[in-house]
Amino acid sequence: MSGVRAEWPLYEVFVRGKRGLNHVHVGSLHAPDDEMAVRHARDVYTRRSEGVSIWVVRSDAITASSPDEKDPMFAPSADKVYRHPTFYDIPDDVPHM
Amino acid sequence: MVSTGPTDEQPDTDNPYAGLLGGDPSHWAFGIAAYDAQSADPLAGVDATLPDGVDRRDLATYAVMLADDALVMSHRLSQWCSNAPDLEEDIALANTALDLLGQARLLLARAAAADPSVVPALPEGSPVLPEDALAYFREAGDFRNVRLAEVEDRDFADVVVRLLVFSTWRLALLERLRGSRDSVLAAVAAKGVKELAYHRDYAGRWFLTLAQGTDESRARTVAALDRIWPLRSELTDVHDVEARVADCGVGVDPSTVSAEVDAVLAQVFAVSDVVRPDASPLAGVHGRKGRDGLHTEALSRMLAEMQVVARAHPMGRW
Repeated sequence: MSGVRAEWPLYEVFVRGKRGLNHVHVGSLHAPDDEMAVRHARDVYTRRSEGVSIWVVRSDAITASSPDEKDPMFAPSADKVYRHPTFYDIPDDVPHM
Repeated sequence: MVSTGPTDEQPDTDNPYAGLLGGDPSHWAFGIAAYDAQSADPLAGVDATLPDGVDRRDLATYAVMLADDALVMSHRLSQWCSNAPDLEEDIALANTALDLLGQARLLLARAAAADPSVVPALPEGSPVLPEDALAYFREAGDFRNVRLAEVEDRDFADVVVRLLVFSTWRLALLERLRGSRDSVLAAVAAKGVKELAYHRDYAGRWFLTLAQGTDESRARTVAALDRIWPLRSELTDVHDVEARVADCGVGVDPSTVSAEVDAVLAQVFAVSDVVRPDASPLAGVHGRKGRDGLHTEALSRMLAEMQVVARAHPMGRW
């Protein structure tokens, strides 16, 4: 049979915690397909009731920035203090800021 | 706003692991709250009085039957840890084993509470808990599990098929057992249903994956099904004790779940394009099978390994 590989594909796992607002990357794992990846993630990353929702995505589906581009990508933002909204008082009743 | 990180007023809502060590008593396993197995009552908070009209010996025996299915299956699953095809399956099978072990503990504690005479005698002053005495100090002939739970797995297809059949059947049983007149059995069943639903889903997905995978995985899955199918019919045989506890609304008559088990399995077989085997049931000896304490020789070898440490230290405190 064609297309048979010795290794299962790698998946990245994102979990939303009980009190969490966002899915957060928690690690990666191998699985034979997308559905099994969700189940593996449940067993590997949420065994102590860490999460209420799981996302998985094939690692090879992720496009990442390259470390070589670090300076052109990120350095220009380092010295522009006016981009940070730190000159405002945030009211006490505004959560998650 | 420049991030200042989480503060007391502002919990770190992004991190699923934050707050995990936060004093939730169910997190005893990682050492926050001191958990003392020797004094903790596994049945705490559940009404353990005996329902009217049930023989205490029957109730205890029935609880032992359900417990032994879980205990023996759990041990077989835990033998896969470090031997499964991948680390992820090691963890998945170990999780399942722990779920079943938890069910076994509660059920054995129920048996001991209902009829203390079922608990094997230990030396005077032994700190071994009744549920541990039942698990570790009985001979194979005293185990009441169905034989499906005890057979050895030769390959991953074996454990997938066995877990599929086992969890399909046990889920159907526990769904009905939630209505038991015995509060403890009803509570164990309610907890177990969620666990078993996941076990069945996991095994069903693997069955489909293997059956529709390579020629090799398909051939092994079909072979595993052929090998395990003779143990299917015993699951829905009715032992006298099961009939009596079912009559008084405490237990479930296994024959009542037979059609549901076959229907669920037929669905899995259909999507997997696998034909249901036609093998005849594995006979008992003089009509005696697992529920009567009649087992394959695989069980005594398994118990020897499972029980050896506990038996070497009957005065041990764990």
